[in-house]
Amino acid sequence: MTALRRSTDVTDIIITILTYVLFSAFTFICVYPFYYIIINTISANDISARGEVIFWPKQVHFQNYIDIFKVPGLWNALMISISRTVLGTTLTVGASAFLGYMFTKDKIWMRKFWYRFTIITMFFNAGIIPWYLTMKTLGLTNNFLAYILPTIVAPFYIILVKTFVESTPKELQQAATIDGAGTLMIFWRIMLPICKPILATVAIFSAVDQWNAFQDTLLLVTDSNLYSLQFILYNYIKQASSLSTLVNLQNAGSTAIASLATEQTTTSIRMTVTIIVVAPIMFVYPIFQRFFVKGIMIGAVKG
Amino acid sequence: MTAIGGDRLRTKRRSLKNESAIHFLYILPFLILLAIFAYLPLYGWIYAFFDYKPPIPLSKSPFVGFKWFASLVETQVKIDQLIQVIKNTFGISGLMLMFSWLPMIFAIFLNEIRAVRFRKAVQTLTTLPNFISWVLVYSIAFAMFTSEGMVNGLLRQLGAIDSPILFLQDSSHVWLTMWMWITWKSLGWSAIMYIAAITSIDESLYEAAYVDGATRMQVIWHVTLPSLLPTYFVLLVLQVANFLNNGLEQYFVFQNAFNKEYIQVLDLYVYNLAIGGGSYSVSVAISMMKSLISVALLFSVNQLSKWLRGEGVV
Repeated sequence: MTALRRSTDVTDIIITILTYVLFSAFTFICVYPFYYIIINTISANDISARGEVIFWPKQVHFQNYIDIFKVPGLWNALMISISRTVLGTTLTVGASAFLGYMFTKDKIWMRKFWYRFTIITMFFNAGIIPWYLTMKTLGLTNNFLAYILPTIVAPFYIILVKTFVESTPKELQQAATIDGAGTLMIFWRIMLPICKPILATVAIFSAVDQWNAFQDTLLLVTDSNLYSLQFILYNYIKQASSLSTLVNLQNAGSTAIASLATEQTTTSIRMTVTIIVVAPIMFVYPIFQRFFVKGIMIGAVKG
Repeated sequence: MTAIGGDRLRTKRRSLKNESAIHFLYILPFLILLAIFAYLPLYGWIYAFFDYKPPIPLSKSPFVGFKWFASLVETQVKIDQLIQVIKNTFGISGLMLMFSWLPMIFAIFLNEIRAVRFRKAVQTLTTLPNFISWVLVYSIAFAMFTSEGMVNGLLRQLGAIDSPILFLQDSSHVWLTMWMWITWKSLGWSAIMYIAAITSIDESLYEAAYVDGATRMQVIWHVTLPSLLPTYFVLLVLQVANFLNNGLEQYFVFQNAFNKEYIQVLDLYVYNLAIGGGSYSVSVAISMMKSLISVALLFSVNQLSKWLRGEGVV
């Protein structure tokens, strides 16, 4: 649209230069920290610990990514995070699809009321401590189900699916009904395949939420077997020095001779775990960006 | 004839009724989940009226009425603390409101960029931080700003400083730094909504403006900006409704002994009181008031929006 004009206005040129500079600067600020941490995890650990790896890696090695799994609890936390992401996402997507579809039906007893009952929960919140006390009463502390059950019914995703279903031709459902298909059959055979694009969006959002969840572990879990990767990372930041000693002791016992470059430092442990935690997001995000954008747009129209 | 017709109608009505009941049964399990995890915690507000000290169960705790609510303003020390917490909440939320137009400006000027590749790259890369958790943000902050971090390393190499600057322990600009981290994390993402809105602006408006000889800034001012204001208004209203809800995670991970006084927003204060100090009942009392005020805020701004624009946002 702006291409219509070929302007030589001076203020115009200044604005153009300024926008390029500012956007480049902000983009750099957004990306550089990730780059900085990556180059530090593959640089010699003694140089990195002094904060001297700034623009490019120095004395590249990959020992950190092997050693990191010697940190106690990391494997387990990785497994917890993966299980909650896979299981939680599957159930959330399934429930959102089903409820999103069901709420488009006229024939539900008190449909309007139940729909409002569902959606209104987006706008109020009892508060974290009442929530914590309730979960405790329900026996959902130190319980893996505490990661899954509360996330299954998600009003925002239900709105997304419902909006999508409403935009599909009614004739499809009508034709299937005439052929004798029941509600569940229509959902399974017709709605699920049709809704694939929006369900992909819901899946991505929900998976990111599950992977990033921290507060539920913080409040509800004291059993270290149930710690998620995010929680472990938080603990590592707070106490990385004792861990590096531990890994170094393990290495000293084995045949590997730890040089200064590969000896674990608080910095190397912290940064390597950070990369492991952020890697799935960085990997998934560019591929699925369009789904994220679609989600926010439909949400914007409806919300 | 009529008898048969009436009969058929009755069966049809009965099957309709059945169908509607069956459909309800299908969604019932989900409604129960929702009742447990979204509505039952409201019942937890009852703790605010008892002298609850775990591990003694609520049923054996004495009922104390509004004692905890009154205790909040009992002594000058408590009043001062509560006022500081409210100040922090207002300070950070206030900064957010003050700069709530940033994503809109971001989108407008990004749209002015003609190099498509550059524009797409900026859009993709600036939205990435939105998808990492606050723990990761803190980890990044730690990597960049501790005494051995990148910023101090660079300053040392340049010879600008002798001793490292302890950014994360700094207590003087906590509100501002918290706002900056929020902006770093969410600016690119928040702009997407406006970018979408810009693409739906009627092209003929632009053509008309150019025919009239408008400069680029004039076009932005008279065409793009007014078209985005409704979107801005809706988001602003929602932001006002969430004024007291800063969330816990960000402030929890960034808090330390040095910045605690200025970083404790209501959500963090409530957490620290209960989990750190064991004062569950007081904490629930504050939670409860906060939730009630938030809902009241939401209704008021929604009502205001109805008066001003003829439609609500919720």
